[in-house]
Amino acid sequence: MTSRGRPSIVGILGVAFLVLLVVWLGVNFFDDPQEFINVFLVGLTRGAVYALIALGYTLVYGILQLINFAHGDVFALAGLIASWILLNIFDVTGDSGAGLVLVAIAVTLFAAMAIASSLNVTIEFLGYRRLRHAPRLAALITAIGMSFIVQNIALALFDVQYQSIPRLVPNSEVFRIGDIALQWNKLFVLLLTIPVLLALSWMVRSTRHGKAMRATSQDRDASAMMGINVNRTISFTFALAGALAGAAGLLFLLYFTTMRYDTGFELGLIAFTAAVLGGIGNLTGAVLGGVLIGLIQEFNEGLSIWTPGGDWTRSIVFGILIAILVFRPSGLLGEQTPEGE
Amino acid sequence: MTEQQTPGKTSEESQLTSVLAQRTERMAGRRKRGDVARSLIPLVVALVIGIIYPLESVNTTLRDLPVIGEFFPTPGSAVIIIVFTMMAIGLNVVVGYAGLLDLGYVAFYAAGAYMAGWLASQQFEQWTFHFWSAGINEELPGIHINIWLVLILAGLFTALVGIVIGLPTLRLRGDYLAIVTLGFGEIVPQFVRNADSIRGFDLTHGSFGITPIDPPGFGDGLSEGTGGLLPVNFSQSFDAEQLFYWSALGLLLFTIFCCWRLRDSRLGRAWIAIREDETAAAAMGIPLMRTKTWSYAIGAFFGGIAGAYYASFKSGAFPSDFYFNISIFLLCMVILGGMGSIWGVLIAGIILGWLNIEGLAVIGNHLNDGFVEPVFDSRLEVPKYQFGIYGVIIVLMMLFRPTGLIPEQRRKLEMEEGVHDEPAMGERAVNK
Repeated sequence: MTSRGRPSIVGILGVAFLVLLVVWLGVNFFDDPQEFINVFLVGLTRGAVYALIALGYTLVYGILQLINFAHGDVFALAGLIASWILLNIFDVTGDSGAGLVLVAIAVTLFAAMAIASSLNVTIEFLGYRRLRHAPRLAALITAIGMSFIVQNIALALFDVQYQSIPRLVPNSEVFRIGDIALQWNKLFVLLLTIPVLLALSWMVRSTRHGKAMRATSQDRDASAMMGINVNRTISFTFALAGALAGAAGLLFLLYFTTMRYDTGFELGLIAFTAAVLGGIGNLTGAVLGGVLIGLIQEFNEGLSIWTPGGDWTRSIVFGILIAILVFRPSGLLGEQTPEGE
Repeated sequence: MTEQQTPGKTSEESQLTSVLAQRTERMAGRRKRGDVARSLIPLVVALVIGIIYPLESVNTTLRDLPVIGEFFPTPGSAVIIIVFTMMAIGLNVVVGYAGLLDLGYVAFYAAGAYMAGWLASQQFEQWTFHFWSAGINEELPGIHINIWLVLILAGLFTALVGIVIGLPTLRLRGDYLAIVTLGFGEIVPQFVRNADSIRGFDLTHGSFGITPIDPPGFGDGLSEGTGGLLPVNFSQSFDAEQLFYWSALGLLLFTIFCCWRLRDSRLGRAWIAIREDETAAAAMGIPLMRTKTWSYAIGAFFGGIAGAYYASFKSGAFPSDFYFNISIFLLCMVILGGMGSIWGVLIAGIILGWLNIEGLAVIGNHLNDGFVEPVFDSRLEVPKYQFGIYGVIIVLMMLFRPTGLIPEQRRKLEMEEGVHDEPAMGERAVNK
């Protein structure tokens, strides 16, 4: 939110806000450095999950300029299905052996990703594909409708109760320095997220499919003329986004151990905020935005000095969303978009 | 990322002229005297039915009819249906006329409801202020202003909220604007939930909400002056539900009248011009920001009145009432009826409002008795899936009939002939 070119009022306000933020973080850090670092680690873990969901929004937006509202609900449905697989097929309990747990998690991860990506592709095929030539808002409104449909599928399958699983990845400590500790479940989320991010970035950068995706997002007609199957590329993008949502669903479940049919709505909005914060359409931006939002949320709920507290989390996140969209619609890393005037 | 191309619409002059000629013809055809008179008949019939509906004899007769009887709502439910329809018609100004997607309309509903809570209840016990408070004990602490005045104040306050939300955000286009309004729609309920102790000052009474809120009334003077025709206070009358129904109907008619007149006004034509082509509208000298902000303010105005009236009807404003789904529910009414079409939104509002309050339960029971229970040996809770049903309605309408049940003429032309719209999914909308 720094000023571009000549310092404007908005730029000065942005800088002032950033200075206040840094002062707030600094005061909290010097008050209790160890607590600060612990909160930071929690925020990082949360941010990793957000980043995975945010990537799905950004991938789809990059190629279709469509906010896929249903994405968050696909994430929630995948997580709920993962909980069902873990509990009913593998029958895992809190004291299952490490071997069984690892196999169960690996199989469930694969299943959740497969289910979520086929669901996402189906949504595109049944809904958005027919609306490519319709006015833009028609597609957005359809996405909202799809979101409610997916949410109600989850409601029909899993009812309104929270679905809980036992803590499969223990929250015992990997290491401890003074009061700073890193637990296994946090490390696990980070260890699973980083390879997924690397694989995704390799895929978009270096494979033929990735090249087709980038070409399609730049100019659909020209890519079609160059022999790219545009429909298949778009389906592939949706499949990729869905797979990320599936992975995020399982990770969320393993880390927080409980979720419900409407978990995806709020998580989806937060992740969308993360994507916008980083610059929508930009993969690195989505990860950066996810981590930043995760940190902001945990700092807000975990720090002790001048902290608004958990009651205000939603307002803060949406306040950030509004501020970014109004003052810098291109996000932190994004390119200038037509929305910016 | 989007390529700016020349409009896909063929620009041959002959075709353009024929289209224009057709358009003028249709416009002229619509305004023939005879047509107007004939189209008034069903309206008058509908109005008469609407007015006599809550009368004890009419209502019980209808509800006692075999088979179809249970499809008629009670007068109390009808009030709620009317209030939500009124909000949908207000939302129609923003979404239908000006083409701005607002996903946070619930914020205006909340603002109106809390305005009623602040100005007509015991919320602020530290002050005692009465102004034409009909049938309320003058000793009662708190601010008590007559609900009819509160409705106007709530409308104005909400319009102000609309302007405050609109000014920074309305320069955004399309989907970004939708997201920002969604953000406001989420912040407002959280604010009212948390604002029970702003430096010790209890503004909204937190998650308990503000209750009770004064009922409407006309006070002793007016009541005696009209020989008891105007009641002192709604809740002290035996037929409170009927009174609430009639005044809600009055407010609805007022809203319909305003929106109907607005559509053909200078402002309304400016909205439609912006909806069709923002750049061209600006080039023709329409001040974009001011016109859009007006649509926000006016849409919010009706939302505020409806919210305040509803709060007075159910005698409370609770933060749990103001959730995102309400915005989508109202949007669904606008889409089902036809964006921009008052009559369409009116009918869709009545249908969906009824489904929401009573209809789904009634239909669900029939479905369960006749089909689900004998076949699957279990019962389906249909009302639980109401938002899934609205989702299906939204998607089906968008895919197969994007102009709505009763399309507005102009909107239909836009959809058929293609307009200079935002590119859908990165491509210019071309003539189908």
